[in-house]
Amino acid sequence: MSEERKEFWRWPEYRWVNPDIDWTKGKVITAGVDVGSVSSKAAILVDGELYAYDYMRTGASSKDSAIKAMTWLLEAIEPKMKLEDIHYIVGTGYGRVNVPFAKRAITEIACHARGANFLWGPTVRTILDVGGQDVKAIRCDEKGKVISFLMNDKCAAGTGRGMEVFADLLGVPIQDIGHLSLQVKEEPPPVSNTCVVFARNEASALLRQGWPKEQVAAAYHLAMAMRMVELLERLGVEKDLVVTGGQSKNIGIVKRVARLLNIEPLPNPTKPGYDPVAAGAIGAALFAKALYEREKGVK
Amino acid sequence: MKAHYGYRDGSGAYFIIIDTDKCDGCGKCVEACPQGVLEIVPNDYDIEGGMMAAVKEEHRWKLKYTCGPCKPVGKQVTPPCIAACPKGAIEHSW
Amino acid sequence: MITAGIDLGARTVKAVIMDGTKILSKAITITGFEQKQSAEEALNNALKTAGISRKDIEYLVATGTGRKVCLEPPISANREVTEVIADAAGAVFVHPATRTVIDVGAEEGRAARVDEKGSVKDFVINERCAAGAGTFVEAMARALEVRVEDMGPLALKSTRSIPMNAQCTVFAESEVVTLIHEQTPKEDIAKAIVDSMAARIGSMVRRVGIEKDVVLIGGVAKNIGFVEALKRELATDIVVPPDPEFVGALGAALIAARKE
Repeated sequence: MSEERKEFWRWPEYRWVNPDIDWTKGKVITAGVDVGSVSSKAAILVDGELYAYDYMRTGASSKDSAIKAMTWLLEAIEPKMKLEDIHYIVGTGYGRVNVPFAKRAITEIACHARGANFLWGPTVRTILDVGGQDVKAIRCDEKGKVISFLMNDKCAAGTGRGMEVFADLLGVPIQDIGHLSLQVKEEPPPVSNTCVVFARNEASALLRQGWPKEQVAAAYHLAMAMRMVELLERLGVEKDLVVTGGQSKNIGIVKRVARLLNIEPLPNPTKPGYDPVAAGAIGAALFAKALYEREKGVK
Repeated sequence: MKAHYGYRDGSGAYFIIIDTDKCDGCGKCVEACPQGVLEIVPNDYDIEGGMMAAVKEEHRWKLKYTCGPCKPVGKQVTPPCIAACPKGAIEHSW
Repeated sequence: MITAGIDLGARTVKAVIMDGTKILSKAITITGFEQKQSAEEALNNALKTAGISRKDIEYLVATGTGRKVCLEPPISANREVTEVIADAAGAVFVHPATRTVIDVGAEEGRAARVDEKGSVKDFVINERCAAGAGTFVEAMARALEVRVEDMGPLALKSTRSIPMNAQCTVFAESEVVTLIHEQTPKEDIAKAIVDSMAARIGSMVRRVGIEKDVVLIGGVAKNIGFVEALKRELATDIVVPPDPEFVGALGAALIAARKE
């Protein structure tokens, strides 16, 4: 697997600081750090407004990744912000995560929902998070509180990894595979197997039968989209729907999910800094604010 | 809040569903499970906190296999975790 | 009475020709894209070895994933039966003390409890997930860069147990690659692979209950690393008959003799 292909869901590392906020004038400064299996994000809120966030690749140690994400973000802030200037930090991410400087750890699902509510607003009720290695579905209320969730933790079908296996088969770069799947005049039936290993064999046979690449891509994407929809329907889908995670950038998947549910997901927010990738970290920072205010007896 | 732990693969959907609105973290299910699938953890979904039952991480991707022995073929058996829960907070999707 | 059984599996087609309870010939071919052609080839090879022609076969029973295709000409099987039924009949024939038969094929794993007559009492199938079948072993062998047939002996060389976390074939492949990068000795990885398979198959078998004698058939039964791992997992002795992958077709041929 070439480094280049690996990059698809590993967007380049970056950081953003809100130029319109002077953090020294803020009353409550909180932060969230989200250490995932693939990427780590840190976010800082000033009085509940998004001040800064970054996105980095998770290294071998999740503890180090948390420290790196926070340090790299702080470096970009003027005037200089130190860790001690932050009133409350919450850690989240894959597993009961190791963010050494966090006061508390909160599960990624809760943080993700809170973050989605922040990014898209109180109309969000259903979140489909399609990552590199797992699929999560979340139902939340208007405050971003989780009503139900489902973590699909074993099967590669519907994950970025499952898509990569397929891209390898077709010899098409993964960033183009979604577009390719849409180049069919008529949607073929889905591949019958959703087990990626068997689906790959099935797709291989279809190619040998003379199916053009875009048709095979369409059949595979449809099967994967159906799998995601099935997971969502286990929880029940309520508008508004948002799709997050690396696979949200696969237009072949997003369009099919929308079509199968007959619900158009909300487009990505346009406000600067409002990046879905940071939903978990932002949610964690929001929890930090609530916990801090509760501690201080403020409301 | 209903938490679905588990997965869907080519052969079926295997989820343990815990209703945290009903669960009070009593831990009877943890004791009842012969495979050590469950644990009691802080309930982060409610900022008021409290404790709740959850499926241990290392079991979330092999529930079909771990829970297999508690689901003998040809018999209708209530799995011990469900039987032990006084609040009816646990469900299995298979 | 000359009968034949064809087991059209996901990876190979097995044909067995019998005269009463005497095996006349066996043949195996790879299941190609054209299933019927592959089945025909296997049958023709078996006929040639037995020195007879298709007309001499009084009754032909087909089993395996492609069994319905065998009902059509030129094979024109008289009947088809499920793999579980064929496995049960075949296992009890080769080993009359069989009470639990486990069949791990290329794409499916099955277990059944049977009685002394070879009738099925309870059964369970692990289907549509590659991790519960031979496909898993194949994929891991590729990742480990060993031949499938060498995986078993390699696993037996290992002296320690390392866990394999991934339950999905696709993720397990990545896990193997990581282990290789970490300089884990290949035999230990091979053992982790067979242990991982054994845990899944073992869990499936426990659902029907374990009753001795336990017999293992199917292509994966030829993997001695897996057999040992399954013995450990089930804490019981396991019988692997010779030519384990033919037992299904053999069972089909026996059922043909009963003309049921």
